[in-house]
Amino acid sequence: MKERNDRSVSFGAYLPEADDGTIICRCEEITKGEIRRAVHDGMFTLTEIRRYLRTGMGLCQGQTCGALVKRIVAKELGVSQAELEPATSRAPMRPIEMRILGNERREA
Amino acid sequence: MTRYDLIVVGAGPAGLSAAIEAAKRGLKVIVFDENAKPGGQLFKQIHKFFGSKEHKAKIRGFKIGEELLREASTYGVKVELNAIVIGLYLDKEVTVKQGEEIRHYKGDTVIVATGASENMITFEGWTLPGVIGAGAAQTMMNLHHIKPGKKILMLGTGNVGLVVSYQLLQAGCEVVALVDASSKVGGYGVHAAKVARCGVPFYLSHTIIRAEGEEGVTGVTIGEVDSRWNIIPGTEKTFEADTICLAVGLSPMSQLLKMAGCHMVDTPGGVVPESSEKGATSIPGIFVAGDVSGIEEASSAMIEGRIAGIAAAEYLGFIPREEMKDHLAQLEVALLSLREGMFAPENRGKIIEKTEEGIDISMNLLKMGYLEEEEVERFPGVLNTKGIHPVIECTQNIPCNPCQDACSRKCIKIGSKITALPSIDESKDCSGCGLCVASCSGQAIFLVNEEQEAGYATVTLPYEFLPLPSKGDKGIALDRSGKEVCKASVLEVKSSKAFDHTNLLTMRVPLSMAMKARFFVRQEVC
Repeated sequence: MKERNDRSVSFGAYLPEADDGTIICRCEEITKGEIRRAVHDGMFTLTEIRRYLRTGMGLCQGQTCGALVKRIVAKELGVSQAELEPATSRAPMRPIEMRILGNERREA
Repeated sequence: MTRYDLIVVGAGPAGLSAAIEAAKRGLKVIVFDENAKPGGQLFKQIHKFFGSKEHKAKIRGFKIGEELLREASTYGVKVELNAIVIGLYLDKEVTVKQGEEIRHYKGDTVIVATGASENMITFEGWTLPGVIGAGAAQTMMNLHHIKPGKKILMLGTGNVGLVVSYQLLQAGCEVVALVDASSKVGGYGVHAAKVARCGVPFYLSHTIIRAEGEEGVTGVTIGEVDSRWNIIPGTEKTFEADTICLAVGLSPMSQLLKMAGCHMVDTPGGVVPESSEKGATSIPGIFVAGDVSGIEEASSAMIEGRIAGIAAAEYLGFIPREEMKDHLAQLEVALLSLREGMFAPENRGKIIEKTEEGIDISMNLLKMGYLEEEEVERFPGVLNTKGIHPVIECTQNIPCNPCQDACSRKCIKIGSKITALPSIDESKDCSGCGLCVASCSGQAIFLVNEEQEAGYATVTLPYEFLPLPSKGDKGIALDRSGKEVCKASVLEVKSSKAFDHTNLLTMRVPLSMAMKARFFVRQEVC
């Protein structure tokens, strides 16, 4: 997978679009406009977008919005989706309460 | 930490099949599933499956699920429910949330069979209550017996969209339209036809512009798209609806594999692990099966599961390599036969104009969801013979052959290649038993008799709605497009254990309607 990380390239200014108000990440209520603006703020990878906006950090852990965010970022950068560095997967795979995460079973 | 020979993640068709095959060969197996009930999507599948006997064809999905659970318990497979796997680490250590604590397990092999989740698409109002996945609608209806809504618009004409639309009709919902941005129906023509003849309109090359409503969905506006997916101005149509179902594809839930460090590939169908025919990933001892390794359907997921289970047994030395090879060779054949025909993975996105037999595919079926009367006659399952005879409106090469097995008189021939179109052998006499009608998972077989009574014909059709009409009921016959064509009366309704809840409704229609009338609606309902 070729990964996009050319930060010198210019891809134009952020131009508002009619559907910028559409919510893309339902769990964290992040709109299309916010994601597009984040790209113009210099967030090129899905991990960067995630840290910047919290897209995909909610209940569904990006299983629903991941593909939608990817499409928007790729379009904004003018690259194919396959060129984007995929987001990292790490434990816990599902949202989980800290008190449970910290409650490791003691083996007898 | 507890050690197992095999840890399976996901108790769906692939995971259970894998666990069964491994346990059969002596492995100590545990299966984790985050849901409260096992079976994955199988228990939502109330329709009959396609394929041939070895793929459990013509058996309803939930029955297959029950069979798998029985088999798993016979072989001592431990199935842990409400058990959420939250991590898969190097050396195949698995952390699982069970109850209020995190438990550690070590698998000598791990099979990941986590399945897939539904895709969403966005439009104005897509976050309104009432916009749901088609799979969610299926869960509400078939597992929890709750109607998702009264008036429903379905987006997506793949098999999920078509099958769920039919099930919504069975549940007593009104399906106001089936909409797809593609110019052609994506799923099996037979699934489309059974929805179309109930009167559901198809809107291909259309998409949702917005969901109407403030607090929840009250309507949907759709519009026609041009070749570049832009809405053509002036084509907008608004439907009254309280629910919008989205059936726009599935994405593999492959994050566990990525976390474990398996080599992943970004495909148009989602991020999947690189895997061999045995389901082996780039990490020795970690295998995959089912939708997580690429979206297909339950029948192939079960075979992939069995393959991975046997491969895991061999990997740990429970069976010799030769024995594995023999088993896998057989399973490969079964898997390949499901991957043939018009809907084979390599044909995705291709336009197929002719069947394997060289017959022109019905373009009407692909655009409107039903066959035109003049198109029906060119297919080998449709023959005008004397007396009662089957009319098989099966016009695409799909992997399925129960009709051939059902006919004791050998009237119906498919041959060894299960994607071939069924043909009628004129030299054999039809007994009118109707077993072929009930066995057809696509509900595409009708019995027609044009000689029973002067001026009238009888048409026997598969009927899966309640309340069941009864003998003597008067009503209206609908044609393949769902249009009312004539008066009809019910001569007989046959139900039998062998038909497995597909009832055979025989109606009397004017002779000229024998090749037109394909559905029955009671008079007082119209």
